[in-house]
Amino acid sequence: MIRDETGNELRPKVVIIRTAGTNCDYETRYALEKVGATVDLVHINQLVKEKDLLDLYQMVVLPGGFTYGDDVAAGKVLANQLRYHLLNDLLRFVDEGKLIMGICNGFQVLVKMGLLPRVNGFADSEGIGGQAFTLTYNDSNKFEDRWVYVKAFSNKSVFIEKDTILYIPVAHAEGKFIGKSEEEFELLSQSGQIVFTYVDKEGNESGYPWNPNGSIGNVAGVCDPTGRILGIMPHPERYIEPTQHPRWTREGLKGEGDGIVIFRNAVDYMREKLWKEKRVVKK
Amino acid sequence: MESRIEVFTKREFPDVLGNEAKAEIENIGITLVDEIRIVQIYLVDSDLSKEEIRFICEELLTDTLTQKYTVNGNVSEKKRSVQEKQEGNAFYTVDVIRKRGVMDPVESTVMRGVKDLGLQVDSVKTARRFLITGALTVEQIETVADKILSNRTIEDVFINKDSSVHGDGKSLVGAVFKKNTLEITGVDDAELLSISERGQLSLTIDEMKAVQRYFAELGRDPTDVELETIAQTWSEHCLHKTLKGIIDYDGEVIDDLLAHTIMKVTSELKKPWCVSVFKDNAGIIEFDEEYNICFKVETHNHPSAIEPYGGANTGLGGVIRDTLGTGLGAKPILNTDVFCFGPLDVPNEEVPDGVLHPRRTFKGVVSGVRDYGNRMGIPTANGAIFFDKRYLYNPLVFCGNVGLIPKDKCEKGSHCGDLILLVGGRTGRDGIHGATFSSVGLTQQSEVVSGGAVQIGNPIMEKKITDALLEARDRGLYNNITDCGAGGLSSAIGEMGEELGVVVDLEKVPLKYEGLNYSEIWISEAQERMVLSVPPGNIGKIKDVFEREDVEAVIIGEFTGDKKLRLRYQGEMVADLEMLFLHKGFPRIKRKATGRSSNNEEPQIGDKTDYGEDLKKILSSWNVCSKEWVIRQYDHEVQGGSVLKPLQGINNDGPGDACVIRPVLHSNKGIAVSNGMNPKYGDIDAYHMAASAIDEALRQIISVGGNLERVALLDNFSWGNSDTPEYLGDLVEAAKGCYDTALYYEAPFISGKDSLHNEFKLGDRTVSIPHSLLISALCVMPDVTKAVSMDVKEPGNFVYIVGLTKAELGGSHYYQNYGFIGNSVPRVDTKIGKPVMDSLANAIDRGLVRSCHDCSEGGLAVAAAEMSFSGGYGLELQLSGVPVEADVVKDDVILFSESNSRFIVEVQMDNKKEFEGLLRDIPCGCIGRVMENELFTVRARNGALLISEKIYDLKEVWQATLRF
Repeated sequence: MIRDETGNELRPKVVIIRTAGTNCDYETRYALEKVGATVDLVHINQLVKEKDLLDLYQMVVLPGGFTYGDDVAAGKVLANQLRYHLLNDLLRFVDEGKLIMGICNGFQVLVKMGLLPRVNGFADSEGIGGQAFTLTYNDSNKFEDRWVYVKAFSNKSVFIEKDTILYIPVAHAEGKFIGKSEEEFELLSQSGQIVFTYVDKEGNESGYPWNPNGSIGNVAGVCDPTGRILGIMPHPERYIEPTQHPRWTREGLKGEGDGIVIFRNAVDYMREKLWKEKRVVKK
Repeated sequence: MESRIEVFTKREFPDVLGNEAKAEIENIGITLVDEIRIVQIYLVDSDLSKEEIRFICEELLTDTLTQKYTVNGNVSEKKRSVQEKQEGNAFYTVDVIRKRGVMDPVESTVMRGVKDLGLQVDSVKTARRFLITGALTVEQIETVADKILSNRTIEDVFINKDSSVHGDGKSLVGAVFKKNTLEITGVDDAELLSISERGQLSLTIDEMKAVQRYFAELGRDPTDVELETIAQTWSEHCLHKTLKGIIDYDGEVIDDLLAHTIMKVTSELKKPWCVSVFKDNAGIIEFDEEYNICFKVETHNHPSAIEPYGGANTGLGGVIRDTLGTGLGAKPILNTDVFCFGPLDVPNEEVPDGVLHPRRTFKGVVSGVRDYGNRMGIPTANGAIFFDKRYLYNPLVFCGNVGLIPKDKCEKGSHCGDLILLVGGRTGRDGIHGATFSSVGLTQQSEVVSGGAVQIGNPIMEKKITDALLEARDRGLYNNITDCGAGGLSSAIGEMGEELGVVVDLEKVPLKYEGLNYSEIWISEAQERMVLSVPPGNIGKIKDVFEREDVEAVIIGEFTGDKKLRLRYQGEMVADLEMLFLHKGFPRIKRKATGRSSNNEEPQIGDKTDYGEDLKKILSSWNVCSKEWVIRQYDHEVQGGSVLKPLQGINNDGPGDACVIRPVLHSNKGIAVSNGMNPKYGDIDAYHMAASAIDEALRQIISVGGNLERVALLDNFSWGNSDTPEYLGDLVEAAKGCYDTALYYEAPFISGKDSLHNEFKLGDRTVSIPHSLLISALCVMPDVTKAVSMDVKEPGNFVYIVGLTKAELGGSHYYQNYGFIGNSVPRVDTKIGKPVMDSLANAIDRGLVRSCHDCSEGGLAVAAAEMSFSGGYGLELQLSGVPVEADVVKDDVILFSESNSRFIVEVQMDNKKEFEGLLRDIPCGCIGRVMENELFTVRARNGALLISEKIYDLKEVWQATLRF
């Protein structure tokens, strides 16, 4: 446990950005608090008005939901809001060594605002504004809630260690990750930015329903080149407590859910890097 | 200047929505469609330059990876020229655009998105164009447009023409204000009835006469809005005047059936944990130290018959607002849904004009519930679907919502001088006459006449209201709240102001577009609106809360203390009614009811050597088959509280009983929620149907580890026309069944609702729905880690049946296999029902049970088979172990009887003795073992093999029926 001078446990500060149609804020906050973070929920309108607010935090989370009803396209309107009002602030935030995480709708937002995956730094073939990847309609063309296995494909992200397998649920209609071209995909793969892939029970890549949406390369989550921005389609915050597992009545209650490791790694990272290395942000 | 923007999927990507439309068209027997591609159209009115419009297209409206766009170009024209070169390939465009006044949430989202780009547009309208290639005739295209692509009650269709907007809001001339009075003084009965009909008021002659007398005393005629208000307030929908009226039941005079049955259970049981019953929008019971739980289930049948998506959508939205308007506002934590449809394989020819094919109704309703529930971030985790031919014309849609409310926020009351704050969406001509419409039967013309009663919901608006409301509640900024449901402001403010009196300035209500007259403003059922009673000193603070969430909040009146309902429009008084007359002045309804007894033939079905086919036929039947296709489309895990999900077992696809959730994440205290309903029993006997529905709902609670100590019930009656004495007689019997059974199980009712005009006039024939009583149950569970699922767990474990099996196959699925109803309807045995449930609950609480499933439709055989294939292990069962009543001699009766209060239970070897000891005084028998194989076998009492099936074969037939 890392403590401050007075012996108190250090609690990294996380901001969950919410807006019309944000849904998963309650359980995301619960997960973060459980692993030792302090969490505030801040409306995007307030953040746009007071951009300095970001300085209070070490991590930004864009949770699941249907921001603005997913009208036009999932996450698109919030993506534009962030892009046109807060892009530079968020880029600086990451440059300072801090973390951004987008879950489900939050992942869609990060991709559509161009913050993910940003292959090779800013040198996306289309630059920061352009989008070389997107999340589009599931092959099944419907919203589906089902549990999936995802495997950590690389060590690039601070949120997860390579080869970790998590069993967590997806719940989305637009989660199929696709790239503009095979080359673009190849670049993403080589840079280690494919963080999570859908696998079957045995840990092997497989088809539907193991890959619930038809994502190219079974991609379930990606990070930026720094490894500090994570976007993930499944919901780790929905498997924190053992009773959330769909088969706990068969397999028994585990100590804790698979999803918690992502949040714990994030909090540990913030404690280690942002405090130990004295990169503490202003109060 | 209007720009027409068309966005379409690039060739190299599949057009998933187009493919789905094509599949649906094939389903109605038109197989000539080669391809459908869909174009999303935005009609944008603005002063922007071409470049700026293109900027909006690229930055907001198009996913440049998968889509392309044109501005004022025409995708279709290009495609047409290509198509015409290919011989024999006809090409059509079908444009579908929502009618004026029909909600389209996308429009405001686009406006907002444009603003983020630093630009501004005057208006946005969206439409969808289907590009259809294939050798179809024009008539076929019209059929396709009508049956699959559009719904003309809410949408306009243009075939091979560009869609256009019928004038936007601005171009309408504001209605010239004119106060209207209706002459009723001294007119005769015929004229009174004619006034009621012309105004779509649905008031009876007795009611019209009461109105006439009231205004005669006042010495004036009523204004139109006064009559409207009375009609809304006195509607069956709002007043339950049949159930609360006087019923002559073959000489037995019942003054207020509800008070003497459903509500009486609660008052007699006097459960201390019942916090608020039958008075608020939802019933409230205690949960833990900090919170209470509220629960409400509503029907939205008629709108769903006409526009399934919008009907179900707004049905769920409405019941969520009930929760938001309970006490000072509860947080919605769970949705439930129960639907009744015609069988999905009804041939198209059998579906009359004016009626939608059940397949379309089914898909529309499921999407409507899905889109509202998922977008609101509320898990939908319990439900059921019933199929019967009689629902073809009049489907039923029950939507329920559970809320979590702090203990100190359950009481409310306006104060004199409080201001009336209207929050949420704007008011338009939506849903005018919904309350009165739902109080009459449907006809083939309903589609045309009642289009205005149908709406589309805007879940994101409701989510914004929720977020703002809960903050305002926690800060104590208002004294009272209610939702705008059927009857709109008229019902909401009329009810809220009953004690004190109110005055409302109707011109202050924010409108979607100009042109509404004061009556329309007052009775509009525009969705997503709530009314709050706010002390003047808090107005600034509360407006600020709503403004931060981008929700409009406007003061439209105040609570006066004069016990009157007064409405002003532009300063002139347009209504002035005494609250007492409005709420108590209606004449009591007197109706005749008569009993009937059913004398169906009890079929003699010969003995067989193999019942595998019977079992498979039941498993694959519409009512029993897997509903996974539906359940997966609902987010049943959002908010993180799910403990027992609706899909269970080794492959997460078995049919769970009650769902269990933990609404407070740091606590293991939870709730189990279930439902019981079996309209087939009602064909024989309504009393026993009601008793069985309660038993079934409670069985499901017990199965998952709940108990009878803290279970609350809700009743929802959906009946045929209750003017028919036999139907009303059945209703009386059902209510009596509810009273006796709920009292026996000590489970109080806390809320309920009825819908009593579910019939359809087909020419000169009237088709009534089967009597449909839905019982919903909610149980508070002290420790969810003791919950049990229905899938068998380990080979070697023992299998028991708990409860007594009787020769009760009346209304069963087994009889249905042979085309019979029979007469031996299952009854609730009040000698053993409660001991059975209590003992089993005790055994589960002590951790002695590995799995448990209740016996319902299909009886022992179906319940055991479901447990077996869900768990992935075989079962070896012998009927010799089943405790039966003396007159049960046939094996098929033991297999398929649907006797109540029975469970199949799996117990480990180590717990066998203790389990048997606990249940020694009740009927319980060991009937076999869980096997390390994939075979489901059942032996007769004489040892002969009756069923031997591979579990995956059984599962396959169970899943195949509803696998779309």
